[in-house]
Amino acid sequence: MNLGIFTAILLFCIFSYFFGQTTAKKLVTNQNLKLKTLPTYYGYFVALWCGIPSLILFAVWSLFEPTIIKTIVVGKVLSASQIEAGLTTNLIYQKILSYSAGNFTGDLTDTIKIGALAYAKITSLAYKAKLASILSLASIGFIYAFNKVSKNNNARNDVENILKWLLFSSSVIAILTTLGIIFSLLFESIKFFSSINIFDFLFGTNWSPQKAFVRDASAITAEEYLEIKDAFGSVPLFAGTAFIALIAMCVAVPIGLFSGIYLAEYASYKSRRTIKPIIEILAGIPTVVYGFFAALTVGPFFREFGESLGLNVSSESALAAGLVMGIMIIPYVSSLSDDVINAVPQSLREGSYAVGATKSETIKKVVFPAALPGIIGSILLAVSRAIGETMIVVMAAGLAANLTINPLESTTTVTTQIVMLLVGDQEFDSPKTQSAFALGLTLFLVTLVLNYIALRVVKKYREKYD
Amino acid sequence: MTKDQRIKKRHRAEARFKLYGLLSIILALTFVGFLVFTIFSKGSDAFSKTTIKVNVSFNAEILSLPSNPSLEDIQDADYYDLALESINKLLLTSNPDDEKLLKKLFSPDFDLEIKNYLVKNPDLINQTQDINLTSSDDIDQLFKGNFPRDIPEDRRQVNDRQLEIFDELVAQDKIQKKFNNYFFTNGDSRDPELAGIGASLLGSFFSVVICLILSFPIAILASIYLEEFAPKNKITDFIEININNLAAVPSIVYGLLGLGILLGFMNFPRSTPLVAGITLALMTLPRIIIPCRASLKAVPPSIREGALAVGASKFQSVFHHVVPLSLPGTLSGTIIGLAQALGETAPLILIGMVAFVVDIPGSPIDPASSLPAQVYLWSESAERGFVEKTSATIMILLTFLIVMNFIAVYLRQKFEKKWN
Repeated sequence: MNLGIFTAILLFCIFSYFFGQTTAKKLVTNQNLKLKTLPTYYGYFVALWCGIPSLILFAVWSLFEPTIIKTIVVGKVLSASQIEAGLTTNLIYQKILSYSAGNFTGDLTDTIKIGALAYAKITSLAYKAKLASILSLASIGFIYAFNKVSKNNNARNDVENILKWLLFSSSVIAILTTLGIIFSLLFESIKFFSSINIFDFLFGTNWSPQKAFVRDASAITAEEYLEIKDAFGSVPLFAGTAFIALIAMCVAVPIGLFSGIYLAEYASYKSRRTIKPIIEILAGIPTVVYGFFAALTVGPFFREFGESLGLNVSSESALAAGLVMGIMIIPYVSSLSDDVINAVPQSLREGSYAVGATKSETIKKVVFPAALPGIIGSILLAVSRAIGETMIVVMAAGLAANLTINPLESTTTVTTQIVMLLVGDQEFDSPKTQSAFALGLTLFLVTLVLNYIALRVVKKYREKYD
Repeated sequence: MTKDQRIKKRHRAEARFKLYGLLSIILALTFVGFLVFTIFSKGSDAFSKTTIKVNVSFNAEILSLPSNPSLEDIQDADYYDLALESINKLLLTSNPDDEKLLKKLFSPDFDLEIKNYLVKNPDLINQTQDINLTSSDDIDQLFKGNFPRDIPEDRRQVNDRQLEIFDELVAQDKIQKKFNNYFFTNGDSRDPELAGIGASLLGSFFSVVICLILSFPIAILASIYLEEFAPKNKITDFIEININNLAAVPSIVYGLLGLGILLGFMNFPRSTPLVAGITLALMTLPRIIIPCRASLKAVPPSIREGALAVGASKFQSVFHHVVPLSLPGTLSGTIIGLAQALGETAPLILIGMVAFVVDIPGSPIDPASSLPAQVYLWSESAERGFVEKTSATIMILLTFLIVMNFIAVYLRQKFEKKWN
C-alpha cells in the first residue's frame, strides 16, 4: 500500500522532470527566449518541487498514521462495548489487528469483531485520504514550478538553493538523533523519578528491582511505596561498572600503550604496516563474540584454576569479564596512542638524542610527557567504551547486584541491568522498566562528559603541534 | 658505579623497554590467535551432521493414500507410523523398550524428512528406498567423538543399550556424516540438530540493507554540507560536536532510543528488521559521516578551484568533481560502518530481535532474529550441539565482517588517488 504511493510519487517526479525539460525547450522554439541555464535544471526544478513536499508529507503521515488509527479504533471499541476485565487496550488492539490480518486464533469476542470492522473502515479511509492529499500536494508543487519555468526563471540557482536546504537538513539529523535520545530517556526517567526519589536512586545501596515487577506506577499505595522505595539504589551497579572497567583498563592500558610505543618508535615501516591491522582486528570483532569467549572459555578456566588453588571463584567473575573487555579495548588504546606519539615533532626526539639519551630514555622523558595529554584523551575514550560495553558483561558478568571489591566474585553492571530489565517487557508502566531508562540516562550523561573531555583534550593537543 | 657500568645499565634498561613493547604486541597477537582458534575449533563440527541410513518402503496402505494420489494427498498424509515402522526395521526386534530407544536416535522431525523425500519423488509410492535421516543431537555428538564413552552410564546422555545399537549401526556402515544443510536453511529450533541460522541470516540482511538505504545518502549529504557548504558559525560547530559525541555514545543507548521512540511512541512492529534497520542507521550515521568528511577533506582545493575557474557553480564543482574523487574513501567508510552495524547486538536485544524465530522472514516487517542476536540466544543453551552451532554462527559472522573489511581496504587502495 505504502509502496504503491511511494512508486506513484516517484513516477510523478520522473514525469515532471521530463515535462520541465521540454517546457524549457519549448520556450526556446516557441517564444524565442534565451534560456538562463541548461534545460536539465528546469527538469530538476519541477521534479524537486513535485517530489520533496509530497515525500515529506508521506513520511510524516506514515509515522503518525498507526498511532492515530489505534486511538480512533480503541476509542470506538471501548465506547461501543464494555471494557473487558483484565484486558489492556494494547492487547485488545493486537487481537483486532491479527483478526483483520486473518490469522487470529482464540476467543472471538464482539469487541474484536466491531474493532476489526472499524479498523478496516478507517484504514481504507486513511489510505484514500493519504493518496488524495499527497497527489494534490504534488500537483500544487508541480503547478507552482511550472509557472516559474514558463517565466524562464533562473532554475539552476533555485535548484541549488533547494539542494542546499536538503544538505543542511541531512546534517541536522545528527541533532535530531541527540534530541531523540534525550527525549526518550528523559520521558521515562521523569516518570520513574516521580515515583522513586532521585536521591534514593543515586545513593541507595540496594538494587532489587524484581520487587517492583508488574506493578502500575500510577497506582502505588503507600505501603507498596515503602517496600519498593529501597529497591532502586543504583550504587552497586555503578560500583560494579567502574570495577569491571578498572580491571579492563588494567589489562588494556599497559598492553595497548606499550604496543603503541613499540609500533611508533621501534617497529620498522613494514612490520608496522602488517602488525597494526592485525591488532585492529580485535576492535572489529563483534562484542557478542567476546562475550561468548568470556562466558565459555575464560570464565570456566578461571573457576577451575581457582579451584585448583583452593579459591572459590564464581564462574561469572568480574575478573573474566574485565579481562576480556580489556582485550577488546587494547586496539583503541594502541592505535590512538600510536597516532599521538607519531604527532610529537621529530625535533624533540633529536634534541634528546643530541644530549646523549638512549631511545628509551627519550621516550620516557621527552616523547611520553609531550604526548601525555593525547594519551590521556585516548584512555578516557577507552574508559567510556568500557563503561558503555554491553554484550561482554551481559554474557560473562553476573546478575546479582553485589557491592564487592573481590574480583573473583560476580558483580553486575549498569548495561547488564538495562538489558535484563527490558528483555521481554513491552509495557512501560512499571517502575522496573522505567528504571532501565533512568539507568540509560545516567550512562548517557557519564559517557557524554567523558567523550567531551577526551575529544577536547585530543583536539587541543593536536592544535599544539600542528 | 663506574662510567662503563652506568652505560651498561642504561643499555640494559633500553633492551628491557624494547622487550616490554615487543611482549605486549606478542600478547595482543596471541589473544587474536587464541580467540580465532577456540571459535574455529569448536565451530567447524557444526557444518556436518550425522545421518542414519534407513530403508523406507512407502507403503500406500500405511499412509492411507488413495490410488493415483495427487501431490496434496501426499502432503496431507500422516507419515509417523510409516517412519516408526521403517526405523524399527533397523533392529529386527519387537521389544518396546528398544523401539523407544531407537526413536531417540533420530531427530524429532524424522517423519517430516520422509514426507519431504516423498513429496520430491512422488513416483516412489509402493517402492522402497534408502534414506539418510538426521540423527538426534546426542548421536551426532557421539559420532563426532565429543561425548566420552567411558564415564558411568548415569552421567551420559546416551545409555548402554543405545551405545550398542549405535555401534551395530556404525559396523553396518549406516551412520554417516553429511553436509549440514539445515544449519543454513532452517530457522531456530529447540533441538540443536534442527536449529539453523536461516531466519537470522535473512534478518541481518534486511536490517543491514535498511540501514544502508537510510544512512548512506544522509551521511554523504551531511558530510558534503559540513565540509563544503557550511558557514563557520555556532550552528555548524554545534552540529560537529554533536556528530563526534554521537559516534561515541554506547550502542545500548540507541537501543533505548529505538525502544522508546520507534516501538513505544510510533508503534512500529516489534522484533522486525525494519525497526532494527532504523535503529542501526541512527547509530551508524555519525560513524559514516566522520570518514566521509575525511575523504572529502583529502581532495585538494585545486580541484575545486579549477572547476570554479572554468565557470562551474559551487554545486557543480562539488558534485561533478569533488564527490566522485572522494567516492573510494566514502564507500570504504560506509562499508566499515555497515560491518559494525552487522555485528552490533545490544540495541537489537532491546528492540526485541532476540526472539525465538522459527519461520524464515519474508519481508522486513516479519519478526526475525539477526546473526549476533542468534549467537547471544544460543550461547545461553548448555547443550554441546548449541555451543557448536554458536561457534559456527560466529564463524559465518566473522567471515562476512572480514569480507566487508577487505572490500573496504581494497576500494581505498585500488581507487583512491594520491595527491602529493
